[in-house]
Amino acid sequence: MSTLEIKDLHVSIDTEQGEKEILKGVTLSIKTGETHAIMGPNGSGKSTLASTIAGHPRYNVTSGSITLDGENVLEMSVDERAKAGLFLAMQYPVEVPGVTMTNFLRTAKTAIDGEAPKLRTWTKDVKEAMGKLKIDADFAGRNVNEGFSGGEKKRVEILQLELFKPKFAILDETDSGLDVDALKIVSEGVNRAQDENNMGTLLITHYTRILRYIKPDFVHVFVDGHVAEQGGPELADRLEDEGYDRYLNVKA
Amino acid sequence: MSETTTHIPEEKVRIGAPSIPGFTEEGEDLSPINDNDSSPLGGASTKAHSHGGGVAAPDSSRAGRLTSTNVEDFAKLTGREEDWRFTPLKRLKGLHSDDLTGAAPKVELTGNDIAKLSVVSADDSLNGVAHTPDDRVSANAWKFASETQVVTIPKNAEGANASLRITGESLVPAAQHLIIVAEENSEATVILDHVGSAVLAQNIEFDVRANARLTVISLQAWEDDAVHASSQQALVAQGAKFKHIVVSFGGDLVRVNPSARFTGERAEVELYGLYFADPGQHLEHRLFVDHAVPNCKSNVLYKGALQGKDAHTVWVGDVLIQKEAVGTDSYEANRNLVLTDGARADSVPNLEIETGLIDGAGHASTTGRFDDEHLFYLMARGIDEKTARRLVVRGFLNEIVQQIGDEALQERLTDTIEEELAATEH
Ligand SMILES: Nc1ncnc2c1ncn2[C@@H]1O[C@H](COP(=O)(O)OP(=O)(O)OP(=O)(O)O)[C@@H](O)[C@H]1O
Ligand SMILES: [Mg+2]
Repeated sequence: MSTLEIKDLHVSIDTEQGEKEILKGVTLSIKTGETHAIMGPNGSGKSTLASTIAGHPRYNVTSGSITLDGENVLEMSVDERAKAGLFLAMQYPVEVPGVTMTNFLRTAKTAIDGEAPKLRTWTKDVKEAMGKLKIDADFAGRNVNEGFSGGEKKRVEILQLELFKPKFAILDETDSGLDVDALKIVSEGVNRAQDENNMGTLLITHYTRILRYIKPDFVHVFVDGHVAEQGGPELADRLEDEGYDRYLNVKA
Repeated sequence: MSETTTHIPEEKVRIGAPSIPGFTEEGEDLSPINDNDSSPLGGASTKAHSHGGGVAAPDSSRAGRLTSTNVEDFAKLTGREEDWRFTPLKRLKGLHSDDLTGAAPKVELTGNDIAKLSVVSADDSLNGVAHTPDDRVSANAWKFASETQVVTIPKNAEGANASLRITGESLVPAAQHLIIVAEENSEATVILDHVGSAVLAQNIEFDVRANARLTVISLQAWEDDAVHASSQQALVAQGAKFKHIVVSFGGDLVRVNPSARFTGERAEVELYGLYFADPGQHLEHRLFVDHAVPNCKSNVLYKGALQGKDAHTVWVGDVLIQKEAVGTDSYEANRNLVLTDGARADSVPNLEIETGLIDGAGHASTTGRFDDEHLFYLMARGIDEKTARRLVVRGFLNEIVQQIGDEALQERLTDTIEEELAATEH
């Protein structure tokens, strides 16, 4: 079993008006096999948390820690974090010119595993995974995310999740922009990854809809850069009914 | 003839990120390179224009450009001409203004002995069959080239393979004239491999006769101090196929102007280019495809990568479909990938169509940036920074590398791309 542990994390970014603190003391611990949902109003810092875990250079950690089984994640480069078993499905996946999906997937898999996958089984694995996620075969020859629709980009993120088999996945609004069928297909992909690899999941979402397919063990309410409340799955339903007013009013 | 349609797709794609300074959506901008207080010359449409006396038609079309073997017919360059506005004249080392008295680079032929190399005098009637200078530097080269090297691919030859190693050995401004004749129904690959140091104005003619299939690869692999202005003109006869691939990565200033004129029907031209500009380098490619006869095809694709401060590339693609050229099928595209800040890619596709009875015509120009977000995405998938950069550049340029049939050369190019990439890693 592995543990991803975030302790009193403070993160700021450099803006034109100077340094701005976005995460104001986040504490969160996830074990493999668990699913944690993070919900919270726009701008509360959810994506910031996700990107900071992945190591995006824009975010400065001013204090606090992130560890993976005791190893200091903050000291790792972005690629080392991926190799250590962290995966971020991005809210806005980036289009990469000049690199085909096939080439990208193989290069990434090789980097993560430390050795090239066996060509025969790899090709089969990719085809199968694409089939299950209803991704057209011709995507393999297209450049990474280039010209993909919003929903297609999200599916391709989950394709990678299934192929790279991380210990922990952070899904940043993977459900946004998906149609009803796609939501189900993508959720099944996440559930498969959890079952097969005992993956731990941090699921950032605005909607309880996806939580019908991916059942959270814990729900955290994110407000103004910190966790304002945590609870079980029932908390998500309450948020759906009541919104975030309660937390925002407390603040005001 | 069955019905034909006019189809002019226009593509304006940006990859991800902020645009490049001096680069508008049309890929069109004025160069601050030469002191320039004049009004903008030329718009989105073609406006090559001609100066001085001589035989220029009073016309803003590419067709009206002055052509002459006499350098005096061309006015002295100011740098404000449409044709020169991107070129830093100061770095031309006098190719446009001085006597070109240096020794021409040495030419050595290797290959499979089918192609023959000979030398003729500068006034031999072979000169000028496929080529007439259309700018001052080219005319200057015409004036000063003392002899002409001629490579002949004999009639009906199959699989001819000729590699011309063109070695510069001095920085005294020099002129050179080469002719490649692909006789009727021959099939050949000719590599023009420019290495060493030179300040060179060069004219190369390709006489591609009926049903010949000629592939030419012009490789500019110069040392850092080289200056090279090369006018490469092809005459493409009936049923012939001409494939021209420019590869530019070495030299301080390189300006290659390939052109192709059709003289017979059902001929095909493919013009490809690959360039990789480093800090301070100026790599310019200006091409011209002249459709003056019916039912010919042309396809143009140039791809360039730029990295480092003041790396500058210029691509201008003129395609002219004349009134007579019904049934033409033509497409041209230029794609640039800017790898770091401080580099600049100018890209100007010009398509002039004088008849509606064509199969298709289109142009595209895109300039994308490889930025921190691309890098982050790839690294977040476990790929280290070095590999990520290589992956992107290699993938981008590979489309052109693949066009090069010669395996040894492909390998050399792949290695060169790796070296270029390694040069900015610290
Ligand atoms: N470059 C920046 N300059 C200024 N503010 C920024 C910048 N990047 C992020 N922020 C601010 O940081 C805060 C947190 O943003 P973040 O993207 O983490 O929110 P989020 O919770 O993911 O929101 P959403 O639900 O809309 O995705 C926002 O107020 C945002 O405006
Ligand atoms: Mg967000």
